[in-house]
Amino acid sequence: MSQFAINLLFVGASFALYIGIAIWAKAGSTKDFYVAGGGVHPITNGMAIGADWMSAASFISMAGLIAAGGYANSTFLMGWTGGYVLLATLLAPYLRKFGKFTVPEFIGDRFYSKPARLVAVVCLIVASVTYVIGQMAGAGVAFSRFLEVDATMGLIIAAVVVFVYAVLGGMKGITYTQVAQYIVLIIAYTIPAVFISLELTGNPLPPLGLFSTHSESGVPMLAKLNEVVTALGFNQYTADVDNKLNMVLFTLSLMIGTAGLPHVIIRFFTVPKVADARWSAGWALVFIGLLYLTAPAVASMARLNLVTTIYPDMAGQVENYEEAATNPIAYAERPDWIRTWEETGLITFEDKNNDGNIQLYNGAADFSERGWEGNELEVNNDILVLANPEIANLPGWVIGLIAAGGLAAALSTAAGLLLAISSAISHDLIKGAINPNITEKGELLAARISMSLAIVVATYLGANPPGFAAQVVALAFGIAAASLFPALMMGIFSKRVNNKGAVAGMLTGLTFTLVYIFVYKGWFFIPGTNNLPDTADNWILGISPLSIGAVGALINFAVAYAVSSATEEPPQEIQDLVDSVRYPKGAGGAIGH
Amino acid sequence: MADDKSNAAAYWKANIRLITGCLIVWALVSYGFAILLRPMLSGIPVGGTDLGFWFAQQGSILTFIGIIFFYAWKMNRLDKKFGLEE
Repeated sequence: MSQFAINLLFVGASFALYIGIAIWAKAGSTKDFYVAGGGVHPITNGMAIGADWMSAASFISMAGLIAAGGYANSTFLMGWTGGYVLLATLLAPYLRKFGKFTVPEFIGDRFYSKPARLVAVVCLIVASVTYVIGQMAGAGVAFSRFLEVDATMGLIIAAVVVFVYAVLGGMKGITYTQVAQYIVLIIAYTIPAVFISLELTGNPLPPLGLFSTHSESGVPMLAKLNEVVTALGFNQYTADVDNKLNMVLFTLSLMIGTAGLPHVIIRFFTVPKVADARWSAGWALVFIGLLYLTAPAVASMARLNLVTTIYPDMAGQVENYEEAATNPIAYAERPDWIRTWEETGLITFEDKNNDGNIQLYNGAADFSERGWEGNELEVNNDILVLANPEIANLPGWVIGLIAAGGLAAALSTAAGLLLAISSAISHDLIKGAINPNITEKGELLAARISMSLAIVVATYLGANPPGFAAQVVALAFGIAAASLFPALMMGIFSKRVNNKGAVAGMLTGLTFTLVYIFVYKGWFFIPGTNNLPDTADNWILGISPLSIGAVGALINFAVAYAVSSATEEPPQEIQDLVDSVRYPKGAGGAIGH
Repeated sequence: MADDKSNAAAYWKANIRLITGCLIVWALVSYGFAILLRPMLSGIPVGGTDLGFWFAQQGSILTFIGIIFFYAWKMNRLDKKFGLEE
């Protein structure tokens, strides 16, 4: 069977499974559509959160980022998991107790303010749309690489599949497809990792392999990697960073942003009880952790594999790394997987010194004494995970599995985001603001129409990504951290913060964060409109625009408290509402409506 | 009613204390051991590198999982103790 046929079989089978689940889990009411009927088991929900959370970026890009940055990029590992501690302790149980359908609904009710709800809707839509574009584009890339169709065509196929289960089943369909998608993606991610770990360290568990001895050389894997990369002019893989303030703030922004992202929060509305919301967060992090503990192992092992493929002399026991690093392979003898990926343009080779060999090294370092005139092999970070099975010479079915896994990661996150967007439109805008008297049936129809429109828009933007699509970390996490997270947290933990304080806090936090990002990245991300170059020397106190969300959150808190203290207390029924979300049993009395 | 109120207030206070404890550990393993205190821990070797690196790429995630399950378990007991469970 050809590789193409194997890929088609795996992807086709997984898609058939998702559609089968959709038909089985059809939504009959708005409660089914928005919160899957509210009866999802916490372990099931934990798995669904795992798939919802782990996007194309987690699956495809994260290991590549860590491989390139080493210790410095541990921020992604901690940032994208630590947010679950905040969710479990500060948000999820109370928002579940509140018992409504959307995040803006809580903000609107708690701060008895339509403008607050509207600000929340706008933040939600901007963050989620930015996020979903990357998922759709990722699905398109996976299709074009593995199924040899045009990326736009791949995107449309992916959109049709999401359309079937998301429009038909709403949150109910999405929940159970996400469970299936989690299983597909985790198997696809770990199998190649196990083989590579076995090959390099003899340990079948990649997270243990990371800290084990490299079999071929007899030295610890990470020590070996440090030697190999420094011989080529790179920083040590485990090197510490100088700018610790920025590292702390970036990690904090990712954590707060994670906790404030609506598509994650709404998953906690699907469990029956407050206690289940707490357990779900734990299970979610177990399932996420399986991938996040494997990723750093994949990162370092793939990097070592790549370098020793190009410089075979560095693979085993090496007396002199400087010498071993002078003898790369000839371009004509490159392995097949490099040829395959060259066709996609994600690996490029340029023989700068015309010697027929591949010099891969840190292009910023000077190796002219070796007769090198620049780094000759450009390897896109994103291919590390996708090319893993080929690098490790694994059988064809593993490649088919990776294709299905990458698509599962992209589609499961896309569906969660699309649900957050469509419920904000049908529930917060249409029922909440435009037509409060809409019938249950009418709202369900409106939800399905909003979902369909959101899919069409996301597909279009995925095929023609606007400039801001590459700014998921800055834009989606910045907005969630600076506006949504503080508003939600204050709504639960303070009875004193009132409507004026909340709106003022959200708007200043948001404006501050966006302005700081725009100053360095261009106004509305239009190239050339930035006021300062986006380099470390120009950042205020060395704080990167990607790390500013945490500062924006702090400003949000401060402004909200200051304005609230200067204005009147929230009315009694709002204070009762706060009590009612704090206690799992309805001790605070009825919610004022 | 007054009893209900003071009972609820005590429950909330216990919750805040528990959250504070959890978040101290949360911050210590990530911002502390993995980032700011890494140079101080560099003398402790772990598999070819140092303890700070281990916390940054593995230890913090494992601790986060532990914190959440501990919090969920402890809160379920608090819910029952104060008679506030669903």
